Amino acid sequence: MPQPIVRFTDVTKRYGNLTVLNNLNLDVEAGEKVAIIGPSGSGKSTLLRALMTLEDIDEGIITVDDEPLTHMPARDGRLVRANARHQRKVRGKIGMVFQSFNLFPHMSALQNVMEAPVQVLGLDRKEARERACELLDMVGLGEKHDHYPSQLSGGQQQRVAIARALAMRPKVMLFDEVTSALDPELCGEVLSVIRRLGAEHSLTMLMVTHQMGFAREFADRICFFHQGRIHEQGTPAELFGNPREDRTRCFLSAVNEAQ
Amino acid sequence: MTVQVTFWGSLLAIVSAIVAALGRLSSVPALRWLAITYIEVFRGTSLLVQLFWLYFVLPMPPFNIEMSAFAVAILGLGLHIGAYGAEVMRGAIRSVAKGQYEACQALNMSPFKRFYRIVLPQALLAAIPPGTNLLIELLKNTSLVSLITLSDLAFRARQLDQATFMTLEIFALTLLLYFLLAQVINLGMRMLERRLSRGRMQGGLS
Ligand SMILES: Nc1ncnc2c1ncn2[C@@H]1O[C@H](COP(=O)(O)OP(=O)(O)OP(=O)(O)O)[C@@H](O)[C@H]1O
Ligand SMILES: [Mg+2]
Repeated sequence: MPQPIVRFTDVTKRYGNLTVLNNLNLDVEAGEKVAIIGPSGSGKSTLLRALMTLEDIDEGIITVDDEPLTHMPARDGRLVRANARHQRKVRGKIGMVFQSFNLFPHMSALQNVMEAPVQVLGLDRKEARERACELLDMVGLGEKHDHYPSQLSGGQQQRVAIARALAMRPKVMLFDEVTSALDPELCGEVLSVIRRLGAEHSLTMLMVTHQMGFAREFADRICFFHQGRIHEQGTPAELFGNPREDRTRCFLSAVNEAQ
Repeated sequence: MTVQVTFWGSLLAIVSAIVAALGRLSSVPALRWLAITYIEVFRGTSLLVQLFWLYFVLPMPPFNIEMSAFAVAILGLGLHIGAYGAEVMRGAIRSVAKGQYEACQALNMSPFKRFYRIVLPQALLAAIPPGTNLLIELLKNTSLVSLITLSDLAFRARQLDQATFMTLEIFALTLLLYFLLAQVINLGMRMLERRLSRGRMQGGLS
């Protein structure tokens, strides 16, 4: 029985008296591609951000690769809140791509990809450069190494951001609506990079998306989020073909109408 | 003398502005208060009195700290302008987008690397226009150091004037020299701006 690589156990997150994640449980197997769908404000981004340690959770525990992320064992064996050092250690297994790219504007594409391997992993520049070049080639930007973010289209910037995250060799990649800020004709190039990643690597992927077509064809499992919980989940065929819950059906038909 | 005081004073001003701005933004209350105290004391009192304190009061008991007039000039001007610069830097650091911090965290960068590799280059760019003003201000304030026995440009001009009575020529030349020095600062900052904004769209931040 393989242990899940990511496990959320009874995770609760509140902003004031708004409960954004409500006793959430989720297991993700190594190599699994999970798509998260659901209405706006249901807590999808918060889930990914909690896993990236960009948000603290109020209750529950998240473990990554059998190691607690939000907590760490104290000297007496009890689990206490993780300190910055522990979080840095565990966080290294996770990479994230943002809706708004967040590339470093003062660095070229190549420098963006090289920065963290050199500064964080301590690779020497030559090795980091080679790896960065390979990754940029892989996302189809072999010609654009020396372009700065302001000289790239949104789709190209997002592909640099994917390469930048991959350069840290994460085991789990998080994608938060990575195509939402893009014109429809630029979505395709980003999605095909993600598709290729899914096929070529044994990478675990969690993605929040509004692109039902992509989720259906790409993901192993779809989680429908509603009010801070996973309301329903299943294979794409189950969830899209034969949703059990009313809420899920409602959401899917609303999305279908909009598209 | 004027050139040297301006140069070293500017360096000190920039460093103290960055350090004080960081202290001001720190989550540690003690550091925050230390920075606020520094900024308010040096901004809220006259530069001349600060120079007098450093030069005439500190060597006396109970302080017994004696410094050369040159060191006092650099320290006084640097800390004084640095206090103004701290507020400029604070605004500039806060203008760096939140997404930049999140990207750094997702790449597992340490807070130190995040600051000096990612945040500082972007903040410096935003701080350059107001920063240039402050450094020119520093240059002009160097004329005060003659009051702690340093012979700067303005002081020399007055000496020459008294010796030769060529008042118009001497002060015209003095004016020109200050103006030229200010242009040097301007040019230096422009070059720095050009370097920091490589690849940026004009007028765009992040
Ligand atoms: N920093 C914050 N302070 C207060 N409330 C917040 C904060 N961040 C998010 N929220 C609230 O938390 C809820 C969940 O936000 P989240 O971003 O996770 O939603 P989402 O499912 O990703 O929605 P969308 O599809 O619009 O991106 C929202 O109601 C939002 O208003
Ligand atoms: Mg969201």
